[in-house]
Amino acid sequence: MLLYQKSLSDRVTDMVIYIVLALFGIATLFPVYYVFVVSITPYSEVLRNGGFLLIPKNITFEAFKAIFTSGVVPRALNVTVLITVMGTALNLAVTTLLAYPLSKKFLPGRNAVLLAIVFTMLFSGGLIPTFLTVKAVGLMNTIWALIIPGLVSTFNMLIMKTYFESLPPEIEEAAKVDGCTDVGTLLRIVLPLSAPIMATLGLFYGVNHWNSYFGGIMYLNDRDMFPLQVVLRNMIVTPSVSQELSVPQSQLSALPPESIKMATVVVAIIPVIAVYPFLQRYFIKGMMLGAVKG
Amino acid sequence: MRGTAPAPALMPGERMKPKWMRTFWRYRWLYLFMVPGIAYYIIFHYIPMFGLVVAFQNYNLMEGIFGSPWVGLDNFRTVFSSPDFPVLIKNTLLLSFYRIIFNMLPDLVLALMLNEIRVRWFKKTIQTLTYGPHFLSWIIVYGIMFSFFAPGSGLVTTFFRDMGWGSIDVLTNSEWFRPMLVLTDIWKSTGYGAIIYLAALAGINNELYESASMDGAGRWRQLWHITLPGVRDVFILLVILRLGSILDAGFEQVYIFLNVRVYDVGDILDTWIFRRGIEQMDFSVPAAVGVFKSIIGFVLVLGANKLAKRFGGSGIW
Repeated sequence: MLLYQKSLSDRVTDMVIYIVLALFGIATLFPVYYVFVVSITPYSEVLRNGGFLLIPKNITFEAFKAIFTSGVVPRALNVTVLITVMGTALNLAVTTLLAYPLSKKFLPGRNAVLLAIVFTMLFSGGLIPTFLTVKAVGLMNTIWALIIPGLVSTFNMLIMKTYFESLPPEIEEAAKVDGCTDVGTLLRIVLPLSAPIMATLGLFYGVNHWNSYFGGIMYLNDRDMFPLQVVLRNMIVTPSVSQELSVPQSQLSALPPESIKMATVVVAIIPVIAVYPFLQRYFIKGMMLGAVKG
Repeated sequence: MRGTAPAPALMPGERMKPKWMRTFWRYRWLYLFMVPGIAYYIIFHYIPMFGLVVAFQNYNLMEGIFGSPWVGLDNFRTVFSSPDFPVLIKNTLLLSFYRIIFNMLPDLVLALMLNEIRVRWFKKTIQTLTYGPHFLSWIIVYGIMFSFFAPGSGLVTTFFRDMGWGSIDVLTNSEWFRPMLVLTDIWKSTGYGAIIYLAALAGINNELYESASMDGAGRWRQLWHITLPGVRDVFILLVILRLGSILDAGFEQVYIFLNVRVYDVGDILDTWIFRRGIEQMDFSVPAAVGVFKSIIGFVLVLGANKLAKRFGGSGIW
């Protein structure tokens, strides 16, 4: 915090800072808010206002009704929810199991493993060999192709390791003296103490799964397995939505494609906004932990 | 067995085993825990590194890595003599430089501005708003852009047409493509990018400001002599990381925004590799570009790190 006597020019500077920040805040919020408004307003109403519409008029949920009765979006939502839940659970399990031993400085071989893992942040095989590997291990066109190739994020693993290192060693030593095995110590002592870091990384991993797109277009051929983001992108770029939704145009006749596209964008945004308050509570702490040692 | 507890009694005969086996046995659970994670890194990180050998083969899916014929540096010759290659390199580097200049500075400026705010609710509100878009996918950002600027049906496009201001074409216009990428990236990631600087700013010793103010230093002098040096290390560290990924240029965003009409400015190394490799199933030549990318990236990180250390910073390691 800067300390000084405020002169007139300092006050003007302050004003400018407040105004710039307020404008940036509005510019951040507006597009998202606007998409919400368009998704619940009849498109004819949107066009009548020349596209500039701040308060929704004649609210209608027709577009949402259309996408949820279509079959394609609900199916994509199922896939996305499945990979988000299963993927996050597996991410957390494997990350924890890896980070816990690596947080033990006395463990022989720890540094070598750590070095080998950090090296993958500096040098990678890249797109083609990764694709060929996923193909070779037989994950192509399975839901696992969207989960296993990103099982551990090195960054998240290092954050978790730093967290484990910050736990007081006395607690674990006491548990060992009382006859607790390594498995028992991890499950009954360390995990209950690690709720904040599990929540942070769980949210990081979860949002990543929810937003994932490239896994879908690289490893899946079967359209019925496409996750939400892939379906959304296909919908956005095709002029006629009825084909993407595989419902006859007649059923959508009253609805312009724009409304349907925006409603699908909203469906993809809502869960992220729903977890955002929790995310915000934790991610700053997570970022800082990562910044200290990452 | 008690993990790290004092050495447990050994079974008769076990006494003879070499020390490393006893150590291994003692920590066997900890080693066992790591098995899934290490297997993951071997299969999905180290095997692909060796998979780069397809760049030296004429790879085809039927024969696999072990059956495909070796062709030495032919694929690299194909790449470097292709007229597309200089264009791809130019697009990639330009976009990366734009991102370093126009996306790193707003992060820092936002953090410095937030640091000046004393009204807590205002600061918190702005932070809550600006961190948010980081968690939205590029597809959603593209969807929003599309609803505003789609040729023919976008809201802004329609508005311009109705007002008789002519047609604007942001998504499929070569001149607009790079600025649009940079601007949407500013929208999406500036708030989140500011967090790391705010952390560094919070770590600056308050006594420095107190004594500076006692010596009569005003706002700008304090900013210049205390605040900026306080974030210098973080800034340099982030530049190093950016330099290391200078040939990436933000593949995810570019691929999602790209369309045929802006290939001349928007096609970067990764989008080309993706198209040629994943979409057209021709693996060897794109893998050669991949080898080139990985090696340059690796050398750049090492070099930038060394440079940062020479100039008195701490570097990454």
